[in-house]
Amino acid sequence: MTSSRPTTHVTDIDPESAAGAPGSANEMAATGRQSIVADRAAPADSARQVQAGLGVKLEGLRAFYGKAEQVKGIDVDFKANEVTAIIGPSGCGKSTMIRCINRMHEEIPGAHAEGRVMLDGVDVYGPGIDVVAVRRAIGMVFQKPNPFPTMSIFDNVASGLRLTARRGDLQAKVERALRSAGLWDEVSDRLSEAGAGLSGGQQQRLCIARSLAVEPEVILMDEPCSALDPIATLKIEELIDELKQRVTIVIVTHNMQQAARVADRTAFMLAGELVEVGPTQEIFTKPKDSRTEEYVTGKFG
Amino acid sequence: MSAQAGSPALLGRLAVSPARRRRDRVARSAILAATLLALVPLVLIVYYLLKKGLGSWSPSFFTTDPTGNTFFKNSTIGGIKSAIFGTIEMVALASAIAIPLGIGVALWLVEYGRNSRFAQTVRFFVDVLTGVPSIVFGLFVYIVLVVGTHSTYAGYKGSIALSLLMLPVVIRSAEVILMLVPAGLRESALALGSPRWRVIAKVVLPTALPGMVTGVLLAVARAAGETAPLLFTAASTHKTTTDLGAFMNSLPVQIYSDVTSPTASVVDRAWGAALTLVVLILLLNLIARLISRRSRLA
Repeated sequence: MTSSRPTTHVTDIDPESAAGAPGSANEMAATGRQSIVADRAAPADSARQVQAGLGVKLEGLRAFYGKAEQVKGIDVDFKANEVTAIIGPSGCGKSTMIRCINRMHEEIPGAHAEGRVMLDGVDVYGPGIDVVAVRRAIGMVFQKPNPFPTMSIFDNVASGLRLTARRGDLQAKVERALRSAGLWDEVSDRLSEAGAGLSGGQQQRLCIARSLAVEPEVILMDEPCSALDPIATLKIEELIDELKQRVTIVIVTHNMQQAARVADRTAFMLAGELVEVGPTQEIFTKPKDSRTEEYVTGKFG
Repeated sequence: MSAQAGSPALLGRLAVSPARRRRDRVARSAILAATLLALVPLVLIVYYLLKKGLGSWSPSFFTTDPTGNTFFKNSTIGGIKSAIFGTIEMVALASAIAIPLGIGVALWLVEYGRNSRFAQTVRFFVDVLTGVPSIVFGLFVYIVLVVGTHSTYAGYKGSIALSLLMLPVVIRSAEVILMLVPAGLRESALALGSPRWRVIAKVVLPTALPGMVTGVLLAVARAAGETAPLLFTAASTHKTTTDLGAFMNSLPVQIYSDVTSPTASVVDRAWGAALTLVVLILLLNLIARLISRRSRLA
Protein backbone atom coordinates (compact mmCIF):
# COMPACT_ATOMS: atom_id res chain seq x y z
CA MET A 1 0.00 0.00 0.00
CA THR A 2 1.33 3.40 -0.85
CA SER A 3 2.12 5.57 2.09
CA SER A 4 0.18 8.51 0.74
CA ARG A 5 -3.20 6.92 1.16
CA PRO A 6 -5.33 7.98 4.12
CA THR A 7 -4.75 5.89 7.16
CA THR A 8 -8.46 5.84 7.84
CA HIS A 9 -9.01 3.58 4.87
CA VAL A 10 -10.67 0.29 5.60
CA THR A 11 -12.39 -1.95 3.13
CA ASP A 12 -16.10 -2.20 3.31
CA ILE A 13 -16.17 -5.93 3.83
CA ASP A 14 -14.85 -7.47 6.96
CA PRO A 15 -11.94 -9.62 5.74
CA GLU A 16 -12.67 -12.24 8.38
CA SER A 17 -16.19 -12.94 7.30
CA ALA A 18 -15.42 -12.56 3.61
CA ALA A 19 -12.54 -14.96 3.68
CA GLY A 20 -13.82 -17.60 6.05
CA ALA A 21 -17.46 -18.58 6.53
CA PRO A 22 -17.93 -21.54 4.21
CA GLY A 23 -21.69 -21.25 4.49
CA SER A 24 -21.75 -17.60 3.55
CA ALA A 25 -22.73 -18.17 -0.06
CA ASN A 26 -25.75 -20.15 1.02
CA GLU A 27 -26.80 -17.56 3.51
CA MET A 28 -26.65 -14.99 0.80
CA ALA A 29 -28.78 -17.06 -1.48
CA ALA A 30 -31.25 -17.45 1.36
CA THR A 31 -31.67 -13.73 1.77
CA GLY A 32 -32.69 -13.65 -1.87
CA ARG A 33 -31.51 -10.14 -2.45
CA GLN A 34 -31.68 -8.99 -6.03
CA SER A 35 -28.48 -7.05 -6.09
CA ILE A 36 -25.75 -8.80 -8.00
CA VAL A 37 -23.36 -7.78 -5.29
CA ALA A 38 -25.40 -9.92 -2.97
CA ASP A 39 -22.77 -10.19 -0.31
CA ARG A 40 -22.10 -6.58 0.42
CA ALA A 41 -22.00 -5.52 3.98
CA ALA A 42 -25.40 -5.31 5.58
CA PRO A 43 -26.82 -1.81 6.04
CA ALA A 44 -25.84 -1.81 9.67
CA ASP A 45 -22.22 -2.27 8.67
CA SER A 46 -22.26 0.43 6.07
CA ALA A 47 -22.19 3.05 8.77
CA ARG A 48 -18.58 2.26 9.46
CA GLN A 49 -17.66 2.36 5.79
CA VAL A 50 -15.11 5.02 5.19
CA GLN A 51 -15.22 7.10 2.07
CA ALA A 52 -12.22 5.71 0.31
CA GLY A 53 -12.32 7.31 -3.10
CA LEU A 54 -10.14 10.27 -3.89
CA GLY A 55 -11.08 13.26 -6.01
CA VAL A 56 -9.34 13.95 -9.30
CA LYS A 57 -8.99 17.42 -10.72
CA LEU A 58 -7.74 18.17 -14.22
CA GLU A 59 -6.11 21.54 -14.70
CA GLY A 60 -5.45 22.68 -18.24
CA LEU A 61 -4.95 19.11 -19.45
CA ARG A 62 -3.76 18.85 -23.03
CA ALA A 63 -2.89 15.59 -24.76
CA PHE A 64 -0.94 15.08 -27.95
CA TYR A 65 -0.25 12.32 -30.42
CA GLY A 66 2.98 13.50 -31.92
CA LYS A 67 2.11 17.09 -32.84
CA ALA A 68 -1.62 16.56 -33.13
CA GLU A 69 -3.47 17.97 -30.16
CA GLN A 70 -6.32 15.65 -29.25
CA VAL A 71 -7.31 17.10 -25.87
CA LYS A 72 -7.18 20.88 -25.89
CA GLY A 73 -7.01 22.15 -22.38
CA ILE A 74 -9.54 20.66 -20.01
CA ASP A 75 -10.40 21.75 -16.49
CA VAL A 76 -12.74 19.46 -14.64
CA ASP A 77 -13.27 18.19 -11.15
CA PHE A 78 -14.14 14.53 -10.59
CA LYS A 79 -15.48 14.45 -7.06
CA ALA A 80 -14.57 11.67 -4.66
CA ASN A 81 -16.99 8.74 -4.52
CA GLU A 82 -19.03 10.00 -7.41
CA VAL A 83 -19.57 8.50 -10.82
CA THR A 84 -18.79 10.96 -13.58
CA ALA A 85 -19.69 10.01 -17.14
CA ILE A 86 -17.86 11.45 -20.13
CA ILE A 87 -20.00 11.63 -23.23
CA GLY A 88 -19.31 13.00 -26.69
CA PRO A 89 -19.09 11.93 -30.31
CA SER A 90 -16.42 9.53 -31.56
CA GLY A 91 -12.96 11.00 -31.73
CA CYS A 92 -13.70 13.88 -29.37
CA GLY A 93 -10.88 12.86 -27.03
CA LYS A 94 -12.87 11.17 -24.25
CA SER A 95 -10.67 8.09 -24.06
CA THR A 96 -7.49 10.07 -24.52
CA MET A 97 -8.52 12.31 -21.67
CA ILE A 98 -9.14 9.54 -19.16
CA ARG A 99 -6.00 7.73 -20.27
CA CYS A 100 -4.10 10.82 -19.18
CA ILE A 101 -5.47 10.48 -15.66
CA ASN A 102 -3.51 7.31 -14.87
CA ARG A 103 -0.74 8.21 -17.28
CA MET A 104 -1.52 5.42 -19.74
CA HIS A 105 -1.59 7.94 -22.57
CA GLU A 106 2.19 8.24 -22.52
CA GLU A 107 2.54 4.51 -23.22
CA ILE A 108 1.63 5.19 -26.84
CA PRO A 109 4.80 5.97 -28.81
CA GLY A 110 5.01 9.68 -29.55
CA ALA A 111 2.18 10.63 -27.24
CA HIS A 112 2.50 13.07 -24.37
CA ALA A 113 0.33 15.17 -22.08
CA GLU A 114 0.60 18.64 -20.61
CA GLY A 115 -1.16 20.29 -17.71
CA ARG A 116 -1.93 18.92 -14.30
CA VAL A 117 -3.88 15.96 -13.01
CA MET A 118 -4.40 16.44 -9.30
CA LEU A 119 -5.17 13.29 -7.34
CA ASP A 120 -6.42 14.63 -4.01
CA GLY A 121 -4.10 17.59 -4.36
CA VAL A 122 -1.05 15.72 -5.71
CA ASP A 123 -0.08 16.29 -9.35
CA VAL A 124 0.43 12.83 -10.85
CA TYR A 125 2.63 14.44 -13.51
CA GLY A 126 4.71 16.18 -10.85
CA PRO A 127 8.44 15.65 -10.46
CA GLY A 128 9.46 12.56 -8.53
CA ILE A 129 6.09 10.86 -9.01
CA ASP A 130 6.31 7.14 -9.78
CA VAL A 131 4.04 6.33 -12.69
CA VAL A 132 3.68 2.77 -11.41
CA ALA A 133 2.40 4.00 -8.04
CA VAL A 134 -0.03 6.34 -9.82
CA ARG A 135 -1.54 3.40 -11.66
CA ARG A 136 -1.94 1.46 -8.45
CA ALA A 137 -3.99 4.31 -7.05
CA ILE A 138 -5.94 4.87 -10.28
CA GLY A 139 -7.16 1.63 -11.84
CA MET A 140 -8.52 1.19 -15.32
CA VAL A 141 -11.04 -1.04 -17.06
CA PHE A 142 -10.80 -1.20 -20.81
CA GLN A 143 -13.31 -1.38 -23.60
CA LYS A 144 -12.61 -4.97 -24.51
CA PRO A 145 -12.59 -7.49 -21.68
CA ASN A 146 -9.00 -8.71 -21.64
CA PRO A 147 -8.30 -11.28 -18.94
CA PHE A 148 -4.75 -12.59 -19.10
CA PRO A 149 -5.09 -15.66 -21.34
CA THR A 150 -2.44 -17.74 -19.64
CA MET A 151 -3.95 -17.31 -16.19
CA SER A 152 -6.81 -18.93 -14.30
CA ILE A 153 -9.69 -16.91 -12.85
CA PHE A 154 -7.95 -16.84 -9.49
CA ASP A 155 -4.60 -15.87 -10.97
CA ASN A 156 -6.19 -13.13 -13.04
CA VAL A 157 -7.59 -11.46 -9.94
CA ALA A 158 -4.39 -12.13 -8.02
CA SER A 159 -2.28 -10.83 -10.91
CA GLY A 160 -2.47 -7.22 -9.81
CA LEU A 161 -1.29 -8.16 -6.35
CA ARG A 162 1.43 -10.40 -7.71
CA LEU A 163 2.47 -7.95 -10.41
CA THR A 164 2.84 -5.27 -7.82
CA ALA A 165 4.56 -7.64 -5.41
CA ARG A 166 1.98 -7.11 -2.72
CA ARG A 167 0.90 -10.56 -1.70
CA GLY A 168 -0.48 -10.76 1.79
CA ASP A 169 -3.38 -13.15 2.06
CA LEU A 170 -4.02 -13.71 -1.65
CA GLN A 171 -6.90 -16.10 -1.08
CA ALA A 172 -8.87 -13.61 0.99
CA LYS A 173 -8.05 -10.67 -1.24
CA VAL A 174 -9.06 -12.51 -4.39
CA GLU A 175 -12.33 -13.61 -2.86
CA ARG A 176 -13.08 -10.10 -1.64
CA ALA A 177 -12.38 -8.62 -5.07
CA LEU A 178 -14.53 -11.23 -6.82
CA ARG A 179 -17.36 -10.61 -4.37
CA SER A 180 -17.10 -6.89 -4.88
CA ALA A 181 -17.28 -7.40 -8.61
CA GLY A 182 -20.37 -9.57 -8.17
CA LEU A 183 -18.67 -12.54 -9.74
CA TRP A 184 -17.92 -14.75 -6.75
CA ASP A 185 -21.11 -16.81 -6.84
CA GLU A 186 -20.63 -17.55 -10.52
CA VAL A 187 -17.00 -18.64 -10.39
CA SER A 188 -16.23 -19.74 -6.83
CA ASP A 189 -16.31 -23.42 -7.81
CA ARG A 190 -14.00 -23.03 -10.81
CA LEU A 191 -11.35 -20.56 -9.77
CA SER A 192 -8.64 -22.63 -11.38
CA GLU A 193 -10.24 -22.59 -14.82
CA ALA A 194 -9.09 -20.22 -17.55
CA GLY A 195 -10.35 -16.68 -17.27
CA ALA A 196 -10.78 -16.61 -21.02
CA GLY A 197 -13.44 -19.32 -20.74
CA LEU A 198 -15.96 -16.97 -19.13
CA SER A 199 -18.65 -15.11 -21.03
CA GLY A 200 -17.94 -11.57 -22.20
CA GLY A 201 -19.83 -9.99 -19.32
CA GLN A 202 -18.17 -12.25 -16.79
CA GLN A 203 -14.78 -11.48 -18.30
CA GLN A 204 -15.39 -7.77 -17.92
CA ARG A 205 -16.41 -8.24 -14.29
CA LEU A 206 -13.30 -10.35 -13.88
CA CYS A 207 -11.30 -7.40 -15.18
CA ILE A 208 -13.10 -5.14 -12.73
CA ALA A 209 -12.29 -7.58 -9.92
CA ARG A 210 -8.68 -7.55 -11.09
CA SER A 211 -8.60 -3.76 -10.81
CA LEU A 212 -10.35 -3.80 -7.44
CA ALA A 213 -7.92 -6.31 -5.98
CA VAL A 214 -5.13 -3.76 -5.79
CA GLU A 215 -7.53 -1.41 -3.95
CA PRO A 216 -7.29 1.72 -6.05
CA GLU A 217 -8.99 4.96 -4.99
CA VAL A 218 -10.14 5.81 -8.51
CA ILE A 219 -11.31 3.54 -11.32
CA LEU A 220 -11.36 4.74 -14.90
CA MET A 221 -13.66 2.90 -17.25
CA ASP A 222 -13.20 3.29 -20.98
CA GLU A 223 -16.52 2.22 -22.52
CA PRO A 224 -16.61 -0.90 -20.35
CA CYS A 225 -19.92 -2.12 -21.75
CA SER A 226 -19.53 -1.46 -25.44
CA ALA A 227 -18.67 -5.10 -26.15
CA LEU A 228 -21.39 -6.53 -23.91
CA ASP A 229 -25.01 -7.51 -24.30
CA PRO A 230 -27.77 -5.58 -22.45
CA ILE A 231 -28.01 -7.99 -19.53
CA ALA A 232 -24.27 -8.04 -18.93
CA THR A 233 -24.33 -4.25 -19.29
CA LEU A 234 -27.01 -3.98 -16.63
CA LYS A 235 -24.91 -6.03 -14.23
CA ILE A 236 -21.91 -3.80 -14.74
CA GLU A 237 -24.06 -0.72 -14.24
CA GLU A 238 -25.43 -2.09 -10.96
CA LEU A 239 -21.88 -2.85 -9.97
CA ILE A 240 -20.74 0.70 -10.73
CA ASP A 241 -23.48 1.96 -8.45
CA GLU A 242 -22.22 -0.24 -5.63
CA LEU A 243 -18.56 0.49 -6.20
CA LYS A 244 -18.83 4.23 -5.94
CA GLN A 245 -19.15 3.87 -2.20
CA ARG A 246 -15.47 3.18 -2.06
CA VAL A 247 -13.93 4.45 -5.26
CA THR A 248 -14.28 7.43 -7.49
CA ILE A 249 -15.40 6.37 -10.95
CA VAL A 250 -14.88 8.11 -14.27
CA ILE A 251 -16.62 6.32 -17.10
CA VAL A 252 -16.40 7.06 -20.79
CA THR A 253 -19.49 5.98 -22.62
CA HIS A 254 -20.97 6.20 -26.07
CA ASN A 255 -24.33 5.38 -24.67
CA MET A 256 -26.19 8.39 -23.33
CA GLN A 257 -28.78 6.24 -21.59
CA GLN A 258 -25.96 4.59 -19.73
CA ALA A 259 -24.62 7.93 -18.60
CA ALA A 260 -28.12 8.88 -17.44
CA ARG A 261 -28.44 5.60 -15.53
CA VAL A 262 -25.12 5.44 -13.73
CA ALA A 263 -23.61 8.87 -13.46
CA ASP A 264 -23.99 11.46 -10.71
CA ARG A 265 -22.41 14.01 -12.97
CA THR A 266 -21.88 14.07 -16.69
CA ALA A 267 -19.32 15.88 -18.79
CA PHE A 268 -19.85 16.57 -22.48
CA MET A 269 -16.79 16.77 -24.71
CA LEU A 270 -16.54 17.97 -28.28
CA ALA A 271 -13.47 18.16 -30.49
CA GLY A 272 -11.03 17.88 -27.61
CA GLU A 273 -12.73 20.46 -25.45
CA LEU A 274 -14.98 20.18 -22.47
CA VAL A 275 -18.25 21.85 -23.39
CA GLU A 276 -20.16 21.40 -20.20
CA VAL A 277 -20.11 19.46 -16.98
CA GLY A 278 -22.81 19.24 -14.35
CA PRO A 279 -25.27 17.01 -12.54
CA THR A 280 -26.44 14.34 -14.97
CA GLN A 281 -30.05 15.39 -14.61
CA GLU A 282 -29.20 18.92 -15.68
CA ILE A 283 -27.02 17.93 -18.63
CA PHE A 284 -29.82 15.83 -20.06
CA THR A 285 -32.80 18.05 -19.23
CA LYS A 286 -31.64 21.63 -19.19
CA PRO A 287 -28.11 21.95 -20.55
CA LYS A 288 -26.62 25.40 -20.57
CA ASP A 289 -24.80 25.03 -23.86
CA SER A 290 -26.74 24.67 -27.10
CA ARG A 291 -24.19 22.13 -28.43
CA THR A 292 -24.82 19.90 -25.42
CA GLU A 293 -28.54 20.12 -26.05
CA GLU A 294 -28.10 19.21 -29.70
CA TYR A 295 -25.96 16.23 -28.78
CA VAL A 296 -28.14 14.83 -26.01
CA THR A 297 -31.25 15.22 -28.12
CA GLY A 298 -29.60 13.29 -30.91
CA LYS A 299 -29.17 16.08 -33.46
CA PHE A 300 -25.58 14.94 -34.15
CA GLY A 301 -22.96 12.45 -33.02
CA MET B 1 -31.84 -30.69 -54.80
CA SER B 2 -35.31 -30.24 -53.45
CA ALA B 3 -37.60 -27.90 -55.32
CA GLN B 4 -37.72 -24.42 -53.88
CA ALA B 5 -40.72 -22.19 -53.73
CA GLY B 6 -40.27 -18.60 -54.95
CA SER B 7 -40.05 -16.87 -58.26
CA PRO B 8 -37.94 -18.68 -60.85
CA ALA B 9 -36.30 -15.39 -61.80
CA LEU B 10 -34.97 -14.82 -58.28
CA LEU B 11 -34.02 -18.46 -57.99
CA GLY B 12 -32.04 -18.17 -61.20
CA ARG B 13 -30.27 -15.07 -59.93
CA LEU B 14 -29.27 -16.69 -56.64
CA ALA B 15 -28.30 -20.10 -58.01
CA VAL B 16 -24.62 -21.06 -58.37
CA SER B 17 -23.75 -20.72 -62.04
CA PRO B 18 -22.16 -23.72 -63.80
CA ALA B 19 -19.14 -21.58 -64.71
CA ARG B 20 -18.46 -20.75 -61.09
CA ARG B 21 -18.94 -24.33 -60.08
CA ARG B 22 -16.35 -25.29 -62.69
CA ARG B 23 -13.86 -22.65 -61.61
CA ASP B 24 -14.27 -23.72 -58.02
CA ARG B 25 -13.57 -27.32 -58.90
CA VAL B 26 -10.49 -26.43 -60.97
CA ALA B 27 -9.05 -24.22 -58.22
CA ARG B 28 -9.63 -26.81 -55.54
CA SER B 29 -8.00 -29.57 -57.58
CA ALA B 30 -5.02 -27.32 -58.33
CA ILE B 31 -4.42 -26.65 -54.64
CA LEU B 32 -4.83 -30.30 -53.79
CA ALA B 33 -2.39 -31.27 -56.55
CA ALA B 34 0.17 -28.79 -55.21
CA THR B 35 -0.20 -30.29 -51.74
CA LEU B 36 0.27 -33.82 -53.02
CA LEU B 37 3.25 -32.78 -55.11
CA ALA B 38 4.91 -31.21 -52.09
CA LEU B 39 4.24 -34.36 -50.11
CA VAL B 40 6.09 -36.58 -52.61
CA PRO B 41 9.66 -35.62 -51.62
CA LEU B 42 8.72 -35.45 -47.93
CA VAL B 43 7.32 -38.97 -47.95
CA LEU B 44 10.20 -40.25 -50.08
CA ILE B 45 12.79 -38.82 -47.71
CA VAL B 46 11.19 -40.42 -44.69
CA TYR B 47 10.75 -43.67 -46.61
CA TYR B 48 14.39 -43.78 -47.74
CA LEU B 49 15.65 -42.84 -44.31
CA LEU B 50 13.70 -45.65 -42.73
CA LYS B 51 14.53 -48.16 -45.42
CA LYS B 52 18.25 -47.48 -45.54
CA GLY B 53 18.80 -46.29 -41.98
CA LEU B 54 16.89 -48.86 -39.96
CA GLY B 55 19.09 -51.62 -41.35
CA SER B 56 22.19 -50.29 -39.64
CA TRP B 57 20.46 -49.66 -36.32
CA SER B 58 21.45 -52.08 -33.61
CA PRO B 59 22.25 -51.72 -29.92
CA SER B 60 25.98 -51.52 -30.64
CA PHE B 61 25.33 -48.84 -33.29
CA PHE B 62 24.36 -46.44 -30.49
CA THR B 63 26.78 -47.67 -27.83
CA THR B 64 30.10 -47.79 -29.66
CA ASP B 65 32.27 -45.06 -31.07
CA PRO B 66 33.37 -45.19 -34.69
CA THR B 67 36.68 -46.97 -34.93
CA GLY B 68 38.00 -45.03 -37.84
CA ASN B 69 39.04 -48.28 -39.46
CA THR B 70 37.04 -48.23 -42.68
CA PHE B 71 39.61 -49.52 -45.12
CA PHE B 72 38.50 -53.11 -45.54
CA LYS B 73 35.22 -54.68 -46.34
CA ASN B 74 35.21 -56.67 -43.12
CA SER B 75 36.61 -53.95 -40.81
CA THR B 76 34.75 -53.28 -37.59
CA ILE B 77 33.64 -49.72 -38.27
CA GLY B 78 31.85 -49.08 -34.97
CA GLY B 79 28.78 -47.04 -34.22
CA ILE B 80 27.91 -43.36 -33.80
CA LYS B 81 27.93 -42.87 -30.04
CA SER B 82 30.44 -40.02 -30.11
CA ALA B 83 28.48 -38.28 -32.86
CA ILE B 84 25.21 -38.43 -30.91
CA PHE B 85 26.83 -37.13 -27.74
CA GLY B 86 28.78 -34.48 -29.60
CA THR B 87 25.68 -33.16 -31.34
CA ILE B 88 23.67 -33.10 -28.13
CA GLU B 89 26.42 -31.36 -26.18
CA MET B 90 27.27 -28.77 -28.81
CA VAL B 91 23.65 -27.99 -29.66
CA ALA B 92 22.82 -27.73 -25.94
CA LEU B 93 25.60 -25.21 -25.40
CA ALA B 94 24.67 -23.33 -28.58
CA SER B 95 21.04 -23.18 -27.40
CA ALA B 96 22.10 -22.00 -23.96
CA ILE B 97 23.87 -19.12 -25.67
CA ALA B 98 21.49 -18.27 -28.49
CA ILE B 99 18.05 -18.72 -26.91
CA PRO B 100 18.32 -16.34 -23.95
CA LEU B 101 20.31 -13.87 -26.00
CA GLY B 102 17.90 -14.02 -28.92
CA ILE B 103 14.78 -13.70 -26.79
CA GLY B 104 16.43 -10.82 -24.97
CA VAL B 105 17.05 -9.03 -28.26
CA ALA B 106 13.48 -9.71 -29.41
CA LEU B 107 12.09 -8.39 -26.13
CA TRP B 108 14.15 -5.26 -26.42
CA LEU B 109 13.07 -4.72 -30.02
CA VAL B 110 9.36 -5.18 -29.28
CA GLU B 111 9.03 -3.68 -25.80
CA TYR B 112 11.62 -0.93 -25.78
CA GLY B 113 13.28 -0.26 -29.12
CA ARG B 114 10.03 -0.33 -31.10
CA ASN B 115 10.54 1.87 -34.15
CA SER B 116 13.58 3.80 -33.03
CA ARG B 117 16.40 4.17 -35.52
CA PHE B 118 18.66 1.87 -33.52
CA ALA B 119 15.96 -0.81 -33.38
CA GLN B 120 15.50 -0.58 -37.14
CA THR B 121 19.24 -0.96 -37.61
CA VAL B 122 19.29 -4.00 -35.35
CA ARG B 123 16.41 -5.53 -37.34
CA PHE B 124 18.27 -4.91 -40.58
CA PHE B 125 21.41 -6.65 -39.36
CA VAL B 126 19.42 -9.54 -37.97
CA ASP B 127 17.83 -9.95 -41.39
CA VAL B 128 21.24 -9.89 -43.01
CA LEU B 129 22.46 -12.53 -40.56
CA THR B 130 19.50 -14.74 -41.43
CA GLY B 131 20.72 -14.86 -45.01
CA VAL B 132 24.36 -15.56 -44.24
CA PRO B 133 25.37 -19.07 -45.42
CA SER B 134 26.22 -21.36 -42.53
CA ILE B 135 29.76 -21.96 -43.74
CA VAL B 136 30.48 -18.27 -43.25
CA PHE B 137 29.71 -18.59 -39.54
CA GLY B 138 32.07 -21.55 -39.43
CA LEU B 139 34.78 -19.57 -41.21
CA PHE B 140 34.25 -16.58 -38.92
CA VAL B 141 34.69 -18.67 -35.79
CA TYR B 142 37.63 -20.46 -37.42
CA ILE B 143 39.38 -17.17 -38.14
CA VAL B 144 38.63 -15.61 -34.77
CA LEU B 145 38.78 -18.50 -32.32
CA VAL B 146 40.98 -21.09 -34.04
CA VAL B 147 43.49 -19.16 -36.12
CA GLY B 148 43.15 -15.97 -34.12
CA THR B 149 44.04 -17.61 -30.85
CA HIS B 150 46.73 -19.85 -32.35
CA SER B 151 44.89 -22.83 -30.94
CA THR B 152 42.98 -25.71 -32.42
CA TYR B 153 39.45 -27.03 -32.81
CA ALA B 154 37.15 -27.48 -29.84
CA GLY B 155 33.54 -28.39 -29.15
CA TYR B 156 32.72 -25.02 -27.66
CA LYS B 157 33.96 -23.28 -30.79
CA GLY B 158 31.53 -25.37 -32.76
CA SER B 159 28.81 -24.35 -30.31
CA ILE B 160 29.60 -20.69 -30.85
CA ALA B 161 29.37 -21.10 -34.61
CA LEU B 162 26.05 -22.87 -34.20
CA SER B 163 24.74 -20.22 -31.80
CA LEU B 164 25.59 -17.49 -34.32
CA LEU B 165 23.55 -19.42 -36.83
CA MET B 166 20.62 -19.80 -34.42
CA LEU B 167 20.59 -16.25 -33.15
CA PRO B 168 18.85 -14.50 -36.05
CA VAL B 169 16.26 -17.27 -36.33
CA VAL B 170 15.48 -17.04 -32.62
CA ILE B 171 15.33 -13.24 -32.68
CA ARG B 172 13.09 -12.99 -35.71
CA SER B 173 10.65 -15.70 -34.68
CA ALA B 174 10.45 -14.48 -31.08
CA GLU B 175 9.93 -10.91 -32.28
CA VAL B 176 7.03 -11.90 -34.52
CA ILE B 177 5.37 -13.83 -31.70
CA LEU B 178 5.91 -11.06 -29.14
CA MET B 179 4.30 -8.58 -31.51
CA LEU B 180 1.25 -10.84 -31.65
CA VAL B 181 0.68 -10.47 -27.91
CA PRO B 182 -2.29 -8.09 -27.79
CA ALA B 183 -1.41 -4.56 -26.76
CA GLY B 184 -4.47 -4.63 -24.51
CA LEU B 185 -2.84 -7.20 -22.27
CA ARG B 186 0.22 -5.05 -21.74
CA GLU B 187 -1.99 -2.05 -21.13
CA SER B 188 -4.17 -3.73 -18.56
CA ALA B 189 -1.16 -5.10 -16.74
CA LEU B 190 0.46 -1.66 -16.74
CA ALA B 191 -2.82 -0.12 -15.59
CA LEU B 192 -2.79 -2.45 -12.59
CA GLY B 193 0.30 -0.62 -11.50
CA SER B 194 2.93 -3.15 -12.33
CA PRO B 195 6.42 -2.20 -13.41
CA ARG B 196 7.19 -2.92 -17.05
CA TRP B 197 9.66 -5.72 -16.33
CA ARG B 198 6.97 -7.56 -14.37
CA VAL B 199 4.48 -7.06 -17.18
CA ILE B 200 6.99 -8.64 -19.53
CA ALA B 201 7.92 -11.49 -17.21
CA LYS B 202 4.44 -12.39 -15.97
CA VAL B 203 2.13 -11.49 -18.84
CA VAL B 204 3.95 -11.01 -22.14
CA LEU B 205 6.38 -13.93 -21.99
CA PRO B 206 3.90 -16.56 -20.72
CA THR B 207 1.40 -15.50 -23.38
CA ALA B 208 4.03 -15.73 -26.11
CA LEU B 209 5.65 -18.91 -24.82
CA PRO B 210 3.94 -21.58 -26.95
CA GLY B 211 4.64 -19.60 -30.11
CA MET B 212 8.22 -18.90 -29.15
CA VAL B 213 8.84 -22.60 -28.54
CA THR B 214 8.09 -23.25 -32.19
CA GLY B 215 10.59 -20.68 -33.40
CA VAL B 216 13.24 -21.82 -30.96
CA LEU B 217 12.77 -25.43 -32.07
CA LEU B 218 13.23 -24.45 -35.69
CA ALA B 219 16.50 -22.81 -34.74
CA VAL B 220 17.64 -25.80 -32.68
CA ALA B 221 16.73 -28.21 -35.46
CA ARG B 222 18.57 -26.11 -37.99
CA ALA B 223 21.67 -26.00 -35.79
CA ALA B 224 21.55 -29.72 -35.09
CA GLY B 225 21.58 -30.50 -38.80
CA GLU B 226 24.41 -28.16 -39.80
CA THR B 227 27.72 -29.56 -41.02
CA ALA B 228 29.52 -26.54 -42.38
CA PRO B 229 29.91 -24.49 -39.18
CA LEU B 230 31.39 -27.50 -37.39
CA LEU B 231 33.92 -28.68 -39.99
CA PHE B 232 36.66 -26.30 -39.00
CA THR B 233 35.54 -25.36 -35.52
CA ALA B 234 34.85 -28.65 -33.73
CA ALA B 235 36.41 -30.85 -36.40
CA SER B 236 35.64 -34.48 -35.92
CA THR B 237 36.98 -37.24 -33.80
CA HIS B 238 36.10 -40.82 -32.95
CA LYS B 239 36.05 -40.69 -29.19
CA THR B 240 33.06 -39.73 -27.11
CA THR B 241 33.97 -36.80 -24.92
CA THR B 242 32.22 -34.51 -22.48
CA ASP B 243 35.04 -32.00 -22.69
CA LEU B 244 33.77 -29.08 -24.75
CA GLY B 245 37.36 -27.87 -24.99
CA ALA B 246 38.37 -30.91 -27.02
CA PHE B 247 37.72 -32.04 -30.58
CA MET B 248 34.15 -33.17 -30.87
CA ASN B 249 32.29 -35.43 -33.23
CA SER B 250 28.76 -34.65 -34.41
CA LEU B 251 26.09 -36.39 -36.43
CA PRO B 252 26.20 -34.12 -39.49
CA VAL B 253 29.99 -34.28 -39.70
CA GLN B 254 29.90 -38.04 -39.21
CA ILE B 255 27.33 -38.34 -42.00
CA TYR B 256 29.41 -36.06 -44.20
CA SER B 257 32.54 -38.12 -43.82
CA ASP B 258 30.73 -41.45 -44.03
CA VAL B 259 28.84 -40.86 -47.27
CA THR B 260 32.10 -40.09 -49.04
CA SER B 261 33.48 -43.50 -48.10
CA PRO B 262 33.82 -46.18 -50.77
CA THR B 263 32.93 -48.85 -48.25
CA ALA B 264 29.24 -49.85 -48.39
CA SER B 265 28.92 -50.53 -44.66
CA VAL B 266 30.23 -47.04 -43.88
CA VAL B 267 27.70 -45.46 -46.24
CA ASP B 268 25.03 -47.47 -44.48
CA ARG B 269 26.22 -46.02 -41.21
CA ALA B 270 25.65 -42.56 -42.67
CA TRP B 271 22.02 -43.49 -43.34
CA GLY B 272 21.66 -44.82 -39.82
CA ALA B 273 23.15 -41.60 -38.44
CA ALA B 274 20.82 -39.49 -40.61
CA LEU B 275 17.80 -41.38 -39.31
CA THR B 276 19.12 -40.91 -35.78
CA LEU B 277 19.42 -37.17 -36.33
CA VAL B 278 15.85 -36.92 -37.60
CA VAL B 279 14.53 -38.97 -34.69
CA LEU B 280 16.51 -36.85 -32.20
CA ILE B 281 14.97 -33.64 -33.54
CA LEU B 282 11.53 -35.24 -33.55
CA LEU B 283 11.95 -36.24 -29.90
CA LEU B 284 13.12 -32.77 -29.01
CA ASN B 285 10.03 -31.33 -30.69
CA LEU B 286 7.74 -33.63 -28.77
CA ILE B 287 9.38 -32.90 -25.43
CA ALA B 288 9.36 -29.14 -25.94
CA ARG B 289 5.71 -29.20 -26.97
CA LEU B 290 4.74 -31.24 -23.95
CA ILE B 291 6.52 -28.80 -21.68
CA SER B 292 5.00 -25.72 -23.28
CA ARG B 293 1.56 -27.29 -23.22
CA ARG B 294 1.84 -28.15 -19.57
CA SER B 295 2.82 -24.58 -18.74
CA ARG B 296 -0.38 -23.35 -20.34
CA LEU B 297 -3.83 -23.61 -18.89
CA ALA B 298 -5.88 -26.63 -19.75
